[in-house]
Amino acid sequence: MTAAKKKDAFRGIRSFEDLKRLKESVLAQEKADSKTLIVCCGTGCLASGGDKVRQSFIDEVRRQGPEENIVVRKTGCRGFCERGPIVVVSPENILYQGVSKEDTPEIVSETILKGELVDRLIFEDETTGDKCVHEADIPFYKKQARRVLRNCGHIDPTSIEAYIGVGGYGALAIALSKMNPEEVIACVKESGLRGRGGAGFPTGRKWESSRNAPGEEKYIIANGDEGDPGAFMDRSIMEGDPHSVLEGMIIAGYAVGAQKGFIYVRAEYPLAVRHLHTAIAQASDLGLLGQNIMGSGFDFEIEIVRGAGAFVCGESTALVLSIEGKRGFPKPLPRPNTSIVGLWDMPTVLNNVETFACVPAIISNGAEWFASMGTEKSKGTKVLALTGNVKNTGLVEVPMGTTLREIIFDIGGGIRGNKEFKAVQTGGPSGGCIPEDLLDLPVDYESLARVGSIMGSGGMLVMGENTCMVNMARYFLDFAQNESCGQCTLCKLGTRQMYHILSDITSGKGRPDDVEVLLELAAAVRAGSICGLGQTVPNPVISTIRYFREEYEEHIHEHRCRALVCRSLVSYRIKEHRCKACMLCLKGCPVGAIIGAKWQVHEIDQTKCIKCGACVEVCPPRFDAVECLTGKANEG
Amino acid sequence: MSDLSLTINGIEVAAREGMTILEAAQSSGIYVPTLCHCPGLTPEGACRICLVKIEKKKKLHPACRTPVEAGMVVITDDAEIEQVRRVTLELILSDHDFNCLLCRKSGTCRLQDLVNRIGFDEHRLDRLDRVAKDLPVDTSNPFFDFNPNKCVQCGICIRTCREIVGVDAIDMAYRGYEIKVSTFGDKPFKESVCVSCGECVERCPVAALIPKKIEYPTREVKTICAYCGVGCGLRLGVRGNTIIGARGDRDNPVNKGELCVRGRFGYKFIHSPDRLTSPIVRAYDPLERQAHGIDETGESSKPVTSPLVKQEGDFVEVTWEQAIKYVASSLDHFKGDQFAAMSSAKCTNEENYLFQKFVRTVMGTNNIDHCARL
Amino acid sequence: MPEDRSKKILSVFEEKKGALIPMLQRVQEEFGYLPEEALAQIAWFLKIPLSQVFSVATFYAHFYLTRRGDHLVRICQGTACHVRGARDILETAQHLLGIKTGQTTEDYKYSLERVACVGSCAMAPVIMIDNAVHPKVSPLDLKFKLMDELIAEHGDKPNKGK
Ligand SMILES: Cc1cc2nc3c(=O)[nH]c(=O)nc-3n(C[C@H](O)[C@H](O)[C@H](O)COP(=O)(O)O)c2cc1C
Ligand code: SF4
Ligand code: SF4
Ligand code: SF4
Ligand code: FES
Repeated sequence: MTAAKKKDAFRGIRSFEDLKRLKESVLAQEKADSKTLIVCCGTGCLASGGDKVRQSFIDEVRRQGPEENIVVRKTGCRGFCERGPIVVVSPENILYQGVSKEDTPEIVSETILKGELVDRLIFEDETTGDKCVHEADIPFYKKQARRVLRNCGHIDPTSIEAYIGVGGYGALAIALSKMNPEEVIACVKESGLRGRGGAGFPTGRKWESSRNAPGEEKYIIANGDEGDPGAFMDRSIMEGDPHSVLEGMIIAGYAVGAQKGFIYVRAEYPLAVRHLHTAIAQASDLGLLGQNIMGSGFDFEIEIVRGAGAFVCGESTALVLSIEGKRGFPKPLPRPNTSIVGLWDMPTVLNNVETFACVPAIISNGAEWFASMGTEKSKGTKVLALTGNVKNTGLVEVPMGTTLREIIFDIGGGIRGNKEFKAVQTGGPSGGCIPEDLLDLPVDYESLARVGSIMGSGGMLVMGENTCMVNMARYFLDFAQNESCGQCTLCKLGTRQMYHILSDITSGKGRPDDVEVLLELAAAVRAGSICGLGQTVPNPVISTIRYFREEYEEHIHEHRCRALVCRSLVSYRIKEHRCKACMLCLKGCPVGAIIGAKWQVHEIDQTKCIKCGACVEVCPPRFDAVECLTGKANEG
Repeated sequence: MSDLSLTINGIEVAAREGMTILEAAQSSGIYVPTLCHCPGLTPEGACRICLVKIEKKKKLHPACRTPVEAGMVVITDDAEIEQVRRVTLELILSDHDFNCLLCRKSGTCRLQDLVNRIGFDEHRLDRLDRVAKDLPVDTSNPFFDFNPNKCVQCGICIRTCREIVGVDAIDMAYRGYEIKVSTFGDKPFKESVCVSCGECVERCPVAALIPKKIEYPTREVKTICAYCGVGCGLRLGVRGNTIIGARGDRDNPVNKGELCVRGRFGYKFIHSPDRLTSPIVRAYDPLERQAHGIDETGESSKPVTSPLVKQEGDFVEVTWEQAIKYVASSLDHFKGDQFAAMSSAKCTNEENYLFQKFVRTVMGTNNIDHCARL
Repeated sequence: MPEDRSKKILSVFEEKKGALIPMLQRVQEEFGYLPEEALAQIAWFLKIPLSQVFSVATFYAHFYLTRRGDHLVRICQGTACHVRGARDILETAQHLLGIKTGQTTEDYKYSLERVACVGSCAMAPVIMIDNAVHPKVSPLDLKFKLMDELIAEHGDKPNKGK
């Protein structure tokens, strides 16, 4: 609506002044809007109905109020997906959680028109019982420092004006008008920015080596493959703030002398692809991409490449091959760095999406600003995907060096169902498990590596006492054997054999020295594989053995799974004396394994039972008639 | 090509620039096990059997594709490397058909050789899952079989077909454990663009790509392939007085050991009972007359009744004289552009020269060509 | 005629570097899978060996060489979903549809697949039916809600078995 009008006034941004003027006009318009209803439409909230809520707000506003001054804005992910859909009423910044379509009339009539709160939608802190009206009051957000995610959940990701309104493309203007490429690189180097995609390589140094490498053409690639299961940082950035990625890439292009960029996005992220497409079209329309950007004489264009479903294509050499239209077989050593011989054998800067999103803020606010946060060797903030058995799951951004305890307990609110904490897994399938006594470990590249895990892309999976560590290791190995490209013997067959042994252990067929064999295989696969996948996927096995060896022993020697997870080692039984023959479980069992009738004590047909535990879930706690047995109790 | 020196296992070794560590080691008599390496093909570095340690480098490097550098310090076997190699080998074995004794490749198999050289840990191998793949064996090609269950996925065949033959009939398909050498659409070889040259079969280190029949010769005879004008060097394997195999002659500058389907597999005609040992002529009526002493050339006004029409009757063995007479009498009835001739690339230059001379001057036409347009 | 259709698709592409994968994606969008004739045409069009096209098409998990069901039910097996019981969901789905992962019902209505992660981990466990993400699914939901919705939206009960 208004956006179209604005575009008419500004036929492209041809100079730095044009950008400034557009920004001012956007801000002026925003001031004129009296109220904004911000509806989160990130993938999480969409799944819980965010789009319906947005639509119904639009209808409600039309029905109830003075339409002109009330804006319904959709944004990308605010991180608090767990409680979605999230709605924020601005300028008061009142945060409503778990909003449904039915709540919208009330929000419009009460909050927007009368300024009253809708009490039941306000977040309540479970532990203290406090009501948190504003985002900043919620413990989930309190300890966070949202710098990379500064715009996610605040601006409409499909509007370039919104991005420009919050200062977007300002960093690009600074870089193009006031800095030469060497200065840009120096600034990034000084900031201490390290790659957010896994290995943590200093970004400035990577750029410098590409800049100095000879090549007729150079390329910039943003790695948005995000294959680690349990990670969705890059997704949120691409969906919620796509322009920040573009801006970072253009700046990188200017710094290394590249004129073409690619964003490699996972095919599982259709919304990210859509938003990036829109963003690129808008930026090209305004002349922020294309030829002679803002009159600087610098040309840059960006193309989107969709992945086709291969985790290994997140690896730099495989990703490059994939863009070239080949199989994603990582290249073995010795090989030149991608930054020197990359796409079509030209120097190529390949960085993670989040890394690029950090760049504009660094250029705008200066290297010291960025370096002021974090630890000695790991600067800035890191976006983490907090998932698993933690109360508040979602996307969090914390300064490097924040301890695991702060993240899991202060931000995450502790373990679900008030169970005991057992371990936290960082870095996805390449990372390791960290036990309770290391909870005070600061989160940075070096500390995590020291305890046998890695930062990785930032997945953080919290596990409570109801997680079985052997089963976890088996899960990750299953992932690894499915995703191994199959090129090198050790990874292809080694992961499969480790998976096989772990499967044996979890199904009660473990042999006494299996742990030793596992460690030997793991060591060989780690040492001999070609790429990062094979070299790191033994980590979950090694680290769970290191910290939870007794669980392995229990599985092998006692056929006991203390977390009651390993199917073959547990069985569900109905306690005869407690069963009230209510038929709830009988109806609930997805495979019809329960035999019973009214007035007849129920029984589980062990041959049919798939051990999903649905019966335990539906059996009313006051009856407590279903139990799960393991070890001696199960067998004896 | 300057000379340099490096240290391998504490021994000073001379090498030339551009050599790989493997080549340098081999040239000074140091054994480094390999599997996916094949001289003449781009080294792939995928099997991980040849991994070595290089001082100051964190990770193990494949000797087969790492170039030497002056002053490099390399260790080709210590406890850690041995362990990685053993595990690698055990893993390959766990995925391989165990029926070694009855395998056609037994004795010349590179995998067997590696087992002897590297060894394995029986206990560990025993712990590995040995569910053999049960993929169908492709026997469609008339000269060789492809048994994917024995394939070690070294990729040598693929590189051969791409880099040497240029046909690109096969490639690695699927991913991870499912990975498999396959033609387009995973179809039998016979339905692919494979030209059956057998170059890949020649190089396969195991019995995955294997000739239908393998016999060991008692001696080899060096010769030139009799099929076409290229003149590839051949080494025919002979047993008694019978030719039982052929392979390319590596020393021959023409083909450097490579062959096409005819040279490699097409030797069976030599001992074929169908081979002609004297001229024969189809028993046309006039011929029968001739055979009974009627001289055709005497009645030149009367053409041979039906040289183009086949008639029933068998081939009749005749003498060279009779055959030539017969041909001459037939040719006599044509002149100029009524006539065309085809010569063979297998004839000598002199023979071909004579033939075209004959066609142009005697028959009076330029309609002459020969089959060397292969 | 599939050949004509794929010819139409190919005409969209210029002969440019690296076009193979986007081209396969376009063809699959059109047909739902990659028919062999289309693969052959792509090879011819890009002047690359047939075997290489096949090799690339079989490497990436998103390419199918056989016909799929009209509706794709994908059960996330990501880490977060795993610790919250994704395996139960998968098994329940297999049971309800009567097919194994990677299979298609006999009537070509549904295909069942596992997916490594859809990035909705905060809502775990999730499943995707076509392009819609369903959050916090339990085996019970699947049995009593989603399956009914699926059937209501797309017709009869899936044909069991294959
Ligand atoms: C198997 C494997 C998968 C990877 N997946 C990703 C990924 O999904 N996203 C990513 O940004 N980096 C991934 N990486 C890391 C990249 O190879 C590369 O280091 C990174 O994108 C460089 O960017 P950075 O310096 O900004 O971190 C992966 C690496 C390996 C070995
Ligand atoms: S380590 Fe695994 S994924 Fe990497 S190249 Fe080897 S087989 Fe492929
Ligand atoms: S026989 Fe020749 S053409 Fe056929 S696959 Fe082998 S190398 Fe290629
Ligand atoms: S068929 Fe033979 S040459 Fe080809 S990959 Fe298999 S083992 Fe290697
Ligand atoms: S021979 Fe060197 S890696 Fe296979």
